[in-house]
Amino acid sequence: MTDTLEQVIGRAQHRSSWSRVANLQVFWVFIAAVLACVALSFMTDGFATQRNLFNVARNFAFVAIIAIGMTTVIASGGIDLSVGSIVVLTAMVISVLMEGGYSFWLSAIAALGVALVVGAINGTLIAYAGMPAFVITLGMLSAARSAAMVLSNNKMIYQFGPDHDLLLWIGGGSTFGLPHPLFALIALTVVMTVVYRWTRWGQYVFAIGSNEEAATLTGIAVKRIKVTIYMFSAFTAGLAGILMAGWLGSVTTNLGTAMELTVIAAAVIGGANLNGGEGTAIGAVVGALLIEVIRNSLILLGISTFWQGMFIGTFIVVAVSFDRIRHRQN
Amino acid sequence: MSRLRLSGISRSFGAIQALDGVSLELAPGEVMGLMGDNGAGKSTLVKIIAGNYRPSKGEIRIDDKPVEFHRPIDAQRAGIEIVHQNLALCDHLTAASNVFLGREPMKRFGPIRVIDYDTMRSTSAGLFARLKSETRPRDVVRRMSGGQRQAVAIARTLLSEARIVLLDEPTAAISVRQVAEVLDLIRNLRDHGISVILISHRMPDVFAVADTIAVLRRGNLVAAKRAADSSPEEVTGLITGAIEYA
Ligand SMILES: Nc1ncnc2c1ncn2[C@@H]1O[C@H](COP(=O)(O)OP(=O)(O)O)[C@@H](O)[C@H]1O
Ligand SMILES: [Mg+2]
Repeated sequence: MTDTLEQVIGRAQHRSSWSRVANLQVFWVFIAAVLACVALSFMTDGFATQRNLFNVARNFAFVAIIAIGMTTVIASGGIDLSVGSIVVLTAMVISVLMEGGYSFWLSAIAALGVALVVGAINGTLIAYAGMPAFVITLGMLSAARSAAMVLSNNKMIYQFGPDHDLLLWIGGGSTFGLPHPLFALIALTVVMTVVYRWTRWGQYVFAIGSNEEAATLTGIAVKRIKVTIYMFSAFTAGLAGILMAGWLGSVTTNLGTAMELTVIAAAVIGGANLNGGEGTAIGAVVGALLIEVIRNSLILLGISTFWQGMFIGTFIVVAVSFDRIRHRQN
Repeated sequence: MSRLRLSGISRSFGAIQALDGVSLELAPGEVMGLMGDNGAGKSTLVKIIAGNYRPSKGEIRIDDKPVEFHRPIDAQRAGIEIVHQNLALCDHLTAASNVFLGREPMKRFGPIRVIDYDTMRSTSAGLFARLKSETRPRDVVRRMSGGQRQAVAIARTLLSEARIVLLDEPTAAISVRQVAEVLDLIRNLRDHGISVILISHRMPDVFAVADTIAVLRRGNLVAAKRAADSSPEEVTGLITGAIEYA
């Protein structure tokens, strides 16, 4: 008797696996990105070239790396507006240190350390002082960029000391024909996909975003976890900052300006729910990919890049309303 | 022997005195109906027992031994489980994840420890079967009916060997048939020697299962007596203040 009941339940669960995939926002965004790529290959000579695909892969990796951090924050019911400024701050810390003769590794660790401290400040003020994430990270957006200006005296840095070539290779080089930032992105995607599903920390991120009061009542250390969430977001921004410094070969204080908006757009298009409780690492990646494909296609099609914001804006609205409709059905 | 004894429990939130010197006693296998108007302090009292809040003053004894709960897990270890008023479920997580939230079983996977979903699913399937609920472990809570959500919340309390179960308005938002199920469950807990504190506004529910009745009015305990010696009329009078004390 119990056996048959369980069998029925099991069947009911398996039958719906296709409809579950079709229900995922990330699936449709991925289809959209693929269709755009196919169309571009036919419409332009420039898209399906190795050189262009390499550039697309590298450019979207920076946004996608931070979008994974942002997805974590958004899934926990928060927001982090300071990531663009953390990018420039870490890029500046590593540049100033390397210019001063320190090795790449030491400077990179110091830069990531600074990012983690910035994230810890964000998280502590949000979790323990109970301030809105929007306000705190907006303040940090201003403060961190200002710190980068103070640190560099607002000068461009393009000499990176003894490890100059190593930095440029790590951020701008390639191995097996793939740009290095893509390796960092793939590793981060795999790790975070596992972490979200298989660790308590991952579960609690979603629990907090889903119902923070419930998470607190069950005894989850909500405040401590919130601090680590903002630290992780800052870490991804720091990682991207280091890679971008190496890719560009020079760092100025306007690096990463307005990047937070692209990153949030990527996360939201990829299915992160701004009300908390939902989001995937692969969604963040696919969202970032779609944005870069749009950008790239406008350039290749000879359309003014001024139109880029219009397309991305439309996609955000479409993605979110798609989500709404899907929930109404259920 | 008393399973639970509260002596002089007070708690204030800023200027609000939510509880003022509440003393209570609960025997093993006893069902206590805790009643009172909105804001009387019922939820605050059970949250103190469950380790969610700490009392400003007063002492809690379990089996005549003084205890201090700093966190919910401390109370859980002492055998106290609570179903919160708003059910406190995470809508985006599955039934199984909600049952185990905050105490997920882990298994070794090489050098790393990962959440043991198989155990979570099979254990919660067993609990739902015991509750005679059709809730499925893999289903996301957002898509569940009121009764199924109730089952998820109550299944949480059955995870460990609970000795005291606190139910904060479990019958507020569910259908009549489901109310009967919850009352059956409470009798089931009692028959296993588990003590229950049931907070409810529904007089018939309380008198159907409670051995004793306690009434809070503006943070003060104004009655604690056997249900058989009281009546719905008396309790109503105590709640509103028409009857000062009983
Ligand atoms: N976390 C809190 N912060 C501030 N005031 C609270 C808090 N919890 C409860 N109170 C106040 O304490 C009083 C008792 O509330 P509560 O225990 O929820 O009552 P009941 O469950 O009997 O309706 C109310 O005045 C309520 O506003
Ligand atoms: Mg209440």
